[in-house]
Amino acid sequence: MTARRLRRPASLGGVRSFAESHRSWSILIGMAIVTALLPVLALVPPFNGFQPLNVWVDGFATAGVFVLLALGLNIVVGLAGLLDLGYAAFFAIGAYSYAYGASAFAGQHAPFLVMLLLAAVIAATFGVLLGAPTLRLRGDYLAIVTLGFGEIVPIVFINADRDLTGGIDGISGVYKPDLPFVGEFDLLNPWPFYILMAGILTVTIILAYRLENSRVGRAWMAIREDELAAAASGLNTVTTKLLAFALGASTAGFAGVFNASKLTFVSPDQFLFTVSFTVLAMIVLGGMGNIWGVAAGAFIIYTIQVVILKQLNAFFQPYADVPVIGFFAQINYVEYQYLLYGLALVLMMLLRPEGLFPSQRRRRELHAAEAADDPDAITPAAGLGASPETGGTER
Amino acid sequence: MTTTAARLGGGTPVIRRMPGVRLVVFSLIGIALYFLLLSQFMSQATAAQQVANALTLGAIYALIALGYTMVYGIIELINFAHGDVFMVGAFMSMVALSGGLDWTTQFGPLGFVLLALLAIGIGLALSRGLGTKRPVYILLGVLLGAATVIALEFGLGGTSAVLEPTRLIGMLGIAFVVSMVTMGTLNVTIERFAYRPLRHAPRLAPLITAIGVSFILQNVVQIWQGTGDRGSPQVYQTRGSSFELMGAQIGYVNLLIIVVSLVLMIGLQLFVSRTRLGRAMRSTAQDQQAAQLMGVDLNQTIAITFLLGGALAGAAGVFQGLYFGFVRFDLGFNAGLKAFTAAVLGGIGNLTGALLGGFLIGFVENFAAAMGQQRWSHAIVFVVLIVVLVFRPAGILGQQIGERA
Repeated sequence: MTARRLRRPASLGGVRSFAESHRSWSILIGMAIVTALLPVLALVPPFNGFQPLNVWVDGFATAGVFVLLALGLNIVVGLAGLLDLGYAAFFAIGAYSYAYGASAFAGQHAPFLVMLLLAAVIAATFGVLLGAPTLRLRGDYLAIVTLGFGEIVPIVFINADRDLTGGIDGISGVYKPDLPFVGEFDLLNPWPFYILMAGILTVTIILAYRLENSRVGRAWMAIREDELAAAASGLNTVTTKLLAFALGASTAGFAGVFNASKLTFVSPDQFLFTVSFTVLAMIVLGGMGNIWGVAAGAFIIYTIQVVILKQLNAFFQPYADVPVIGFFAQINYVEYQYLLYGLALVLMMLLRPEGLFPSQRRRRELHAAEAADDPDAITPAAGLGASPETGGTER
Repeated sequence: MTTTAARLGGGTPVIRRMPGVRLVVFSLIGIALYFLLLSQFMSQATAAQQVANALTLGAIYALIALGYTMVYGIIELINFAHGDVFMVGAFMSMVALSGGLDWTTQFGPLGFVLLALLAIGIGLALSRGLGTKRPVYILLGVLLGAATVIALEFGLGGTSAVLEPTRLIGMLGIAFVVSMVTMGTLNVTIERFAYRPLRHAPRLAPLITAIGVSFILQNVVQIWQGTGDRGSPQVYQTRGSSFELMGAQIGYVNLLIIVVSLVLMIGLQLFVSRTRLGRAMRSTAQDQQAAQLMGVDLNQTIAITFLLGGALAGAAGVFQGLYFGFVRFDLGFNAGLKAFTAAVLGGIGNLTGALLGGFLIGFVENFAAAMGQQRWSHAIVFVVLIVVLVFRPAGILGQQIGERA
């Protein structure tokens, strides 16, 4: 008995030290476990009653697209603190790049992996092109410019020459990926897409982790906290911010390529502002700045939106005649999606502004600001939890 | 430490007084130039018509932009829900103008929420006007709100067929009152529950709740009135819907919109520059802390700002229904975006700038349409915005200020 009790903490400590010394390996193992567990979870009641396994797996693959988008936007908004409200534009650019490289419409069929990288590079280029002239704007002006950019891109795809972009109908007949090992990519078989998405996500999460804990990551956070101070400390704020824009955009490019190849078509209405705002909502609810929190937030919100709301309709259907509960049966919950989103956003900001799974740093900041309600007390030093003596001497 | 920070942020956007005569002269020159530009491409009569259209569109954008710019000037928040307040206002006026309210289909249960807002608004205004806060006056206001709707249903109701002029004016007047009061109250309510608790939170927080409120408003209206276009009654078409000016047929509705907007803008200007509350608004925009030390009631001042912004958006909502003839639940996003663009173009926080930007956006959009490139107008507006911001990062009339610490 005592021996077991002694061993458990020891083995836990072993896991922890392994996770700390081998970050990338532990992410790899963690993602492998999650990838294996999700389909199993879908087979367990009550989830197996909602929809067949294949539909679940297909949904997981699409949820992965949003997780990718959230991870990318997290770099721009969560780490570097640049509010980007037109993120869907880069998603669109990635998707259209793939459609130009591999579709019957373009008459070309470039390999999937090549296009994945190429689309990311193209999206990053557009990120730099947008960022270069606008990054010296103040925060709110930057937000509106990115919002404008997000509006312009779909309009260009809609209005340009039909032979060039396919107009409002977009481009159909986009080729599915063909990769060794994972099996035949087929509309009826979601598994290869699922495994491919898991692979892309693993790589992205490893890269995101490495970036966050690198010199660049620390520079982003420094700019987020105080741009003036960061510049005064010798940071080149322009290149650092551009790098955040470019890397965020390239992640959206990945997501675009995957989405286009999975749906086998692209159209401008897949990339409207709702996508940008949804992804922003996901990272805010998940916990901005925390990679796992953002990923979990995106996954949970997508699943609730696509699966659970429909299930609520079915759930209340048998009780339609019961006096009080019958009221709930009359509601079409899918219709209320944005109402629920909006309420969740407002309540989250009021009650738990750091999100569901916040990063340590952010939680501390937000609660420090709350504790020090007196405006005079909110100094950077107080925010970082400096002792009262050092805070008091400055006046 | 704090004083330095205050000094850095001290140059916050100032709501300035509008310079009167110069403004009129410059606007007339601008209109004339636009007319000359257009007449290069079309006949003078058509050009005059297009100028009237541009002014109408610009007036609508300017009214919405004023709400954005006032709110930004005073609490530095991009109020993303403002465009949707305009949209709800358009629906309110549609319901009001439809006359003979059909309680079950047209109004619906959610309509009662808005009705309640109307009633509370009138009630609060009444109790404030009488200098008390007694619930009995709020009750009186509720009764007044109900009376308004009953008057709508029985007194002025009817289809959009021929209307007597007095009845037409009465209906329009009631549409304005209903829409402006409701939207003013709605905006204040939003501020009270979604923004005020977050006044000391990080800057991203109220922005996110603003987006949340925008989602809520859109979804609620979507459930209330459906996703399609809803026709708004064309009451002005009743008799002689246009008059002739320089050979051009100009609709009475254009005249109505331009004149009413000008009256509202001048009214706002007088309020901001001449009244005690307006002075409180200006001082709060300059320096919140100092204003508070001078005895300005911060909460009240901010509430008044939202009230005015909401009322102007409500008026713009009435114009939307009158001018375009339809309303739709997602109208607020685009209109709000363009109005915000207008506010930024002019220099956000600056009332004159918002007017300038609004009319500029109206002209740009109208020019695109007049050239037969309507489908690009939306994109052109944003390209203009990006180009202006690249060269003048604080907008046309804005002043360059330091990043807030």
